[in-house]
Amino acid sequence: MSNKQEFLQSVRESLKKRTKIEYPKIPTYEKENVDLKSLFEINLKLAAVDFYDVSSVEEAQKIMQEKLPDTKVVCSATDEWKGNKDINKIARPQDLADVDLGIFRAEFGVAEMGMVWVTEKSLKVNAIGFLSQHLAVLLDPANITENMHTAYNIPGLFDVNYGCFVMGPSATADIGAVLVRGAQGAKSLTLFFLKK
Amino acid sequence: MKVALFVPCYIDLIYPEVAIATLELLEKHNIEVVVPLNQTCCGQPTANEGDQKNSAKMEKVFAQNFQDLNVDYIVGPAGSCVKQIKLHFDAIEQTEKVTAMRAKTIELVEFFTDVLKITDFSDLSFPHTVAIHNSCSSIRGLHISSRSEWQEPRFNKTEELLKTIQNINIKHINRPDECCGFGGTFCVTDEAVSAKMGQDKVSDYVGNEIEYVVSPDMSCLMHQKGISDKEKTGLKFLHVAQVLNNGPF
Amino acid sequence: MKKVNIEKNAAAFIYQDDVHVTEHDKNLWNARVKRDKAASEIPEWEELRNLASAIKEHTLTHLDKYIEQFVENAEKRGIKVHFAKDAIEHNAIAYEILSSHNVKNIIKSKSMLQEECGMTPFLEEKGINVLETDLGERIQQLSGQLPSHIVMPAIHQTKEDVAKLFAEKIGTDPNDTDPSSLNTAMRNNARPKFLVADAGMTGGNFAIAETGTFVVCTNEGNADLTASLPPLHIASIGIEKILPKVEDLGVFIRILSRSALGTPATQYTSHFSGPRAGSTMHIILTDNGRSKRLAMDEFWTSLKCIRCGACMNTCPVYRRSSGLAYSATYSGPIGIIIDPTFDPKKYSELPYHSSLCGSCTEVCPVHINIAEQIMDWRKVMMKNKEVDFSRRMAFKAAGVVLSNPKLFRVVEKVAYNAINILPEAITENKTLDPWAAHRKLPDVKKETFRDWYIKNRKSNEQ
Repeated sequence: MSNKQEFLQSVRESLKKRTKIEYPKIPTYEKENVDLKSLFEINLKLAAVDFYDVSSVEEAQKIMQEKLPDTKVVCSATDEWKGNKDINKIARPQDLADVDLGIFRAEFGVAEMGMVWVTEKSLKVNAIGFLSQHLAVLLDPANITENMHTAYNIPGLFDVNYGCFVMGPSATADIGAVLVRGAQGAKSLTLFFLKK
Repeated sequence: MKVALFVPCYIDLIYPEVAIATLELLEKHNIEVVVPLNQTCCGQPTANEGDQKNSAKMEKVFAQNFQDLNVDYIVGPAGSCVKQIKLHFDAIEQTEKVTAMRAKTIELVEFFTDVLKITDFSDLSFPHTVAIHNSCSSIRGLHISSRSEWQEPRFNKTEELLKTIQNINIKHINRPDECCGFGGTFCVTDEAVSAKMGQDKVSDYVGNEIEYVVSPDMSCLMHQKGISDKEKTGLKFLHVAQVLNNGPF
Repeated sequence: MKKVNIEKNAAAFIYQDDVHVTEHDKNLWNARVKRDKAASEIPEWEELRNLASAIKEHTLTHLDKYIEQFVENAEKRGIKVHFAKDAIEHNAIAYEILSSHNVKNIIKSKSMLQEECGMTPFLEEKGINVLETDLGERIQQLSGQLPSHIVMPAIHQTKEDVAKLFAEKIGTDPNDTDPSSLNTAMRNNARPKFLVADAGMTGGNFAIAETGTFVVCTNEGNADLTASLPPLHIASIGIEKILPKVEDLGVFIRILSRSALGTPATQYTSHFSGPRAGSTMHIILTDNGRSKRLAMDEFWTSLKCIRCGACMNTCPVYRRSSGLAYSATYSGPIGIIIDPTFDPKKYSELPYHSSLCGSCTEVCPVHINIAEQIMDWRKVMMKNKEVDFSRRMAFKAAGVVLSNPKLFRVVEKVAYNAINILPEAITENKTLDPWAAHRKLPDVKKETFRDWYIKNRKSNEQ
């Protein structure tokens, strides 16, 4: 394998031919008078996310029980919501393969996209976000940022080793260009606005 | 105002009525028109193939015919040919004369909307359903209309000229600016794809109940008409000059 | 390497039946329409495109500095970074890492770079099982074909084709063509395989120099499964994917999926800045011709490409050929301008598979002047005589005739006579005259414009 210096040298040789181009200034494109929660909800809907305003975890649990009555294995990454499989006791991420409903609290939402930001901190075991058949996500409605620019300007965003913007359940249009929900990841994502 | 008429090679041979209509249309608007008689071709067929060597030969002849003329503009009733002169035409030396010649070459529709600023043709009548076809060269090269790929204000200079005509019914087809598949030599070198593109374009016209296809670019229409006639659709094809000049048809 | 006869491949796609080319064209045109709609909803859309282009051009013209910064920051976070100057080194490094961990089964998410390097056949030959996790890529893997489109790898197959394939390969009902049901079948078939994988391999859409982070965008969440399950994650990243700062992602994430599919973003936008606790993370930073392309005056801006596929969706020629006609990792307009850098002889016909309509240039989110580069490649091919002898001779003849006014007049008369004297059996013969396969010949006139002008006007001049 090439060492770093040889590798860089090929690049430097070619750069002798190139005129340097300035780095541009990037605005944040924030708009006037934006109702962040309303905008967020519009985009959640487009992303096939069902959302509810609740005042307690019990309310959210009742809604999920009605929605998915056949749920057997419930695993939560947040202490606020107790499931029947303890995420702190699993040996390997693969052990979460039987989870019907995975729960975690997202760190913030992005209004422009209907996305939530989750990390290894909010997921505890990253695989819970992707092996669970269905997801229930808690979000403090005060933690919504306007767009991708404001989101990426949040300090320390990449202090974690893993962070993901999740926009609804998984999807694919690979077969005959027909959009199908529940490709490899979660088949559904339900969001509960609940203050921490 | 004095202009030179640029007569594309295929118009000379196959669609002389388009050049006649253009000449008459300009004269009706009090423009003095000279026609260099030794012009042949702008060099586009070989230029599009990347053949700079053979393009240079044609460009030389074009320059000989046009660069010394004492005219305000060189007007061409063909978007792709005018685009070739204005935006490419670089196989020969770019002398001051060649540069000036290229700068004063202009396409017919733009000559009316941008130079003469004449867009009122309400004294004419054309009681038919018409689809406007602007060639890819005209849209993306000469900006004769806005581009659907861009977020930009919508305009269509060809439509500006035609819409004042009495009784005309201008209809927009489903894919108004999709390439029809002519592409110059492409139509014979990549025949299957070119024909399919043309067939789809003709179906779009037929599906929208179009009677006449009107364009500032006869080369595209030559290909579309070829396909349309083989399929016996009954569609008719005219150059915009023929409509604005009320003939010859 | 045998030259790719792209015109013949495209014709085969068109003539196989009335269904495939129609569906393919319709589905990709819809993607283009959705892209336009998504763009219309962002007032600053054109500014974003300009910013994206400027950020890329800045980065590429300072690439050595940003590579160094990226590597330094990635290594600080515990990521092992390797340097592969070409496909051979890339595959060797991948194998070395995998075999040192006794890996037998890997799962992978989509990576055009890994495709480019021929990594999968290489690893399989060495006895390592490779499973594609992206549904479209898995369909192509099972079909024994290359992916046909950068974003929708199996878009040239109808749901009937997929139903037949799945029946054969994973035992589903061949008459069930419902995409939902086919998807569920693959989900259930693939899932157990994810759980036993020893390693996961991904690509990288973007790599941030400021923090040593790489970003992977998927709709299925398959990159996240690939990364969160096995104890080893290897990412193959081309040097042109590097961006300077975190804030650059604000621009690129906003335009990538809108350009590709007309959706605001992919369902999952995943950022990796270091290994999971208890696992190892490697990056294979790869050149494979990119630094060489950076030196090419006409073609270096093709390195700005963010692999959105918008150029493919808008290309009327691509939509009627399908990506497989190109026989290359990259197809469509971007493929035409990149593939000749990998093999100018094998791909010498590709730059001619275009009507030069220019729509590709207009949709590109990073303003690559694709149509101009296609023209420039034709100049290169002509100069290097990579073009067919007969075609070159035809143009030499055209050059002679069209540069000689007297000769031109003679040929005009001959053409008129030929078309009017020769029987239709000859003029309409598809082999002799490709024009006539699907078109009626135009009416060549006896009296040219020049004849008319001399008769009617010249006599009036002094």
